[in-house]
Amino acid sequence: MIVIIDYGLGNLGSIKNMLRKIGYNSEISSETKIVDQASKIILPGVGSFDTGMSKLNDLGLVPLLNKKVNDEKTPVLGICLGAQLMCQSSEEGELNGLGWFDAKVLAFKGRFDSGKELPVPNMGWLDVAVKKENVLIGNLPLNPRFYFVHSYFMASNQTEDILLSSNYSFDYTSALHKENIYGVQFHPEKSHKYGFQLLKNFAEI
Amino acid sequence: MRHRIIPILLLKNNGLYKGIHFKDHKYVGDPINAVKIFNDKEVDELVFLDINASCEQKEPNYNILRDIASECFMPLAYGGGVSSLEMIKEILRVGIEKVVLNTHAVRNPLFVQEAVKYFGSSTIVVSIDVKKSFWGNNYNVYINSGKEKTNLQAVEWAIELEKMGVGEIIVNSIDKDGTLSGYDINLIRRIVDVVKIPVIAAGGGSSLTDFVKICKHHKASASAAGAYFVFQGKHNAVLITYPTQVEIEKEFDSFVELIN
Repeated sequence: MIVIIDYGLGNLGSIKNMLRKIGYNSEISSETKIVDQASKIILPGVGSFDTGMSKLNDLGLVPLLNKKVNDEKTPVLGICLGAQLMCQSSEEGELNGLGWFDAKVLAFKGRFDSGKELPVPNMGWLDVAVKKENVLIGNLPLNPRFYFVHSYFMASNQTEDILLSSNYSFDYTSALHKENIYGVQFHPEKSHKYGFQLLKNFAEI
Repeated sequence: MRHRIIPILLLKNNGLYKGIHFKDHKYVGDPINAVKIFNDKEVDELVFLDINASCEQKEPNYNILRDIASECFMPLAYGGGVSSLEMIKEILRVGIEKVVLNTHAVRNPLFVQEAVKYFGSSTIVVSIDVKKSFWGNNYNVYINSGKEKTNLQAVEWAIELEKMGVGEIIVNSIDKDGTLSGYDINLIRRIVDVVKIPVIAAGGGSSLTDFVKICKHHKASASAAGAYFVFQGKHNAVLITYPTQVEIEKEFDSFVELIN
């Protein structure tokens, strides 16, 4: 069973809807018993970094997620804030992230070249460039594009972890991958045919 | 970056409607059916606005929103009658990720700040309905589906909303609404020039050229329209339509980005 971690905010229904449409059942839950049984985990999230981490901490999910992901190698997909929480830290907050990726989360604000400033948050569709081959991004329709909503982005210290990159005034990492761990900055559940394929790929891992 | 082209669909009871200058609404079909068509056409984003909810002080119609959301695999925003954090929570729970405030943002700006703090900037959109004054060049803000004039000016209100942390603004011209006569470029331009958050132009969009031009030449982040996506021909026959990705890309490529 795919378990979508429910830690308060965020639009979890749409992930479940898309999985259902491609024939996969999933459960939205924050209960340790159910998360422990998961064959795959989706870590979604909308909101700020510290809110997300404190909610995971308050629910007592962090040790369990570490066990599932690091020891049992359960495939896990982080979406948007969920992906950012997989990094070590964020300029948006003070708390430590899950630290699964050797990466930091940086602010768009203040990083645009002068004369090349773009609105923040970045809300809209961006193309993705493939940085390495991986099952998660296999068989994507031509010219893949995804829907993004974010003010912060992931910056990895390990180039081999970079799966996709996008351009918002400058190139930045839009997806990371390491072993069983996947983090995408965009919302596959809101990216129609491209999202369907990506979630299908994840469900079939 | 690809600018978004966004159909704004008006809900009344369980049907879809479209009017002119925020009045004379005509039934154009079933919302679920429209969503299915827009899915197939790979639309960038959809905005649903309930045009009765604020006036009749009704709660959002969560049942129809749930049905819409479960068929909608693209970004989706809802507005209409949203006046509490509880309502926003429920809207997000049914599967919609952006909430559009308007009347209650003007009545209670503190509510906007609370909503931004609780749900994050990217969830909270504010729509500004604007009518040009008869004399002079004032852009007055209206609420209650255009029925009630406020003492706010559109440009100042937009600046205020940015300060409150709103994620993006829809600027909707009541004068242009439903007329298919092009955007109020002056209005959009004035607002884009003073805020850094994304501005969605609405009201009057009548062609792919309008959509692309307001973004590429006038720096809107997205172009929205209503009538263009639901009416066809001079007799306004109902037809749900959206340009293909190929058509959109071709139009974007044909425009050179102007610097100021």
